[in-house]
Amino acid sequence: MLRVENIYKSFGNFLAVSGAQLTVGRGELVAVIGPNGAGKTTLFNLITGQLKPDRGKVVFKEEDITRLSTHLICRKGIARSFQIANVFPRMTVFGNVQVSVLSQQRQSNSLFRPAYTMAVKETEEILESVGLIEKAHELAGSLSHGDQRILEIAIALGNEPELLILDEPTAGMSPEETRITMDLVRRLAETKGLTILFCEHDMDVVFNVAQSIMVMHHGRTIVQGAPDEVRRNEQVQEAYLGDEDA
Amino acid sequence: MVKPGSSLRSFWICAAILVVLLFLPPVIPRFYTYILASIFVTSLLAMSLNMVVGYGGLFQFHHAAFYGVGAYTFGLLLTKTHLPMLVAFIAGPIAAALAGLLIGWFCVRLIKLYFAMLQISLGSLLWAIAFRWYSLTGGDDGMHGIPTPSFLFSSTHAYYFILIVFSVCLLLMYLILKSPFGMTLQAIRDNPDRCEAVGVNVRRHQLIGIIIATFFAGVAGVLFVVLEHSVFPDLLFWILSLEVFIMCLLGGWFTFIGPVIGAAIMVSLRTFVGIYTQYWTLILGVLLIFLIFFLPEGIMGFISAKLGSKPVEGIERAVE
Ligand SMILES: Nc1ncnc2c1ncn2[C@@H]1O[C@H](COP(=O)(O)OP(=O)(O)O)[C@@H](O)[C@H]1O
Ligand SMILES: [Mg+2]
Repeated sequence: MLRVENIYKSFGNFLAVSGAQLTVGRGELVAVIGPNGAGKTTLFNLITGQLKPDRGKVVFKEEDITRLSTHLICRKGIARSFQIANVFPRMTVFGNVQVSVLSQQRQSNSLFRPAYTMAVKETEEILESVGLIEKAHELAGSLSHGDQRILEIAIALGNEPELLILDEPTAGMSPEETRITMDLVRRLAETKGLTILFCEHDMDVVFNVAQSIMVMHHGRTIVQGAPDEVRRNEQVQEAYLGDEDA
Repeated sequence: MVKPGSSLRSFWICAAILVVLLFLPPVIPRFYTYILASIFVTSLLAMSLNMVVGYGGLFQFHHAAFYGVGAYTFGLLLTKTHLPMLVAFIAGPIAAALAGLLIGWFCVRLIKLYFAMLQISLGSLLWAIAFRWYSLTGGDDGMHGIPTPSFLFSSTHAYYFILIVFSVCLLLMYLILKSPFGMTLQAIRDNPDRCEAVGVNVRRHQLIGIIIATFFAGVAGVLFVVLEHSVFPDLLFWILSLEVFIMCLLGGWFTFIGPVIGAAIMVSLRTFVGIYTQYWTLILGVLLIFLIFFLPEGIMGFISAKLGSKPVEGIERAVE
């Protein structure tokens, strides 16, 4: 469904992503792992158009989307969350999700209909499914960090994506919150049949959940494969598991 | 989402105020009718600015330029052509919106202070045209005794006309801000990158916001001519833009009605203190210092925070 081919991105002289490769099949739950600074966020930004690559290609459903702008990539069916909580702080939790549902329904430019009557059912369903419905009328900016991260995912769901990309969905969360969030991710993949691509720096979180794992190091793809395969890979053990023990 | 109770209450308050305003002219001195009408015109200008500043988070620093375009278009059409009043009346706001489209098209490509600087320079270009093109615009003298239709000639009739147009515009702006368009505009203010990532064409949305806001600024410009029968280059001068900006800050730029309060204060100050001293701006300066330290969200922002109906959270991000 998604194919990233030999992609490069540098900031000044610094190569943040140098020849990364990634394949995501329909219905798969794929993880990208790598230590901090490996280039995971940059890779995701290249896929969703926040950054443009120096070289390489992003192909989604057999269509080259490398040069499309962010909002058009979103309309192709890719929605994402961000590593740093990235919500609309002065709007309610409900409004946060509603904005993306309205965008999905191509209603963002509708001028004279009252917004509070629109997209209500869809928005409530999403809030229900992520467990934020009780907080629907609180301000997004006043939510706890953990809830803001969940809201991030809810906003992305508003776009009814075919591919959902989550950038370290559990960053900064307590072990309990992490468990809840990963359960949610798994549930979304199973019940909604969503294809999910996420990244993590914590290995333990990933091996339980992902069906396919891509390991990144210094901007390069070391390997992509099933969890067992990746665990056995020598280069991975050297580059990554070794690091962590040290 | 709105709380039905509170919006119903606001509706009745507005209706009551409107009724009072409708019955005022016979019972108050003519001069006060004039001041009130002047406050309506200025309020409309300030509210149109607040659509893009308070709700849109844009650095619209030369809004008066569009007010001037509306006023000059209306004034010129009435003076130099025999077009019916209605045509001239509609042409004013449309010319302002076209100027908004043209200038906005460049501005939305830049952010924050760059946006502001470009707009000030392009807006000043319009001012220069009004100032220099003597044969058409009357240069720095402007144009006086503009022949508005006879039914608007009495100041009471002008008052009613301005009040009605002002109320209709207010209602339209309210509906727009509560629509999906307005909601998305606020989402862009809060977080443009996130908005782009949920599929919103941020630049185009901002541009449409500017076109709408400049349209209403043009309406305000037309109403100015209805009230004063004259136009002059100061209407497009950047000082006025600054004043209107201050009205929004003063009244509360995250509230719908705040700019009206700000405009009322500024017009009153200029009228009643300006008579005694040309240093009324000094009082304004003191007011602003007070504002920055004690009411960072403006007067209405403060009041509604006290009433507990308005979010105060996250202001730092929105203002950034
Ligand atoms: N906008 C940027 N400008 C300069 N350097 C950047 C920028 N974004 C990321 N980097 C650098 O690129 C490297 C990869 O960053 P990132 O993709 O965020 O890694 P990860 O998400 O795997 O932790 C880091 O060394 C980071 O400092
Ligand atoms: Mg990262």
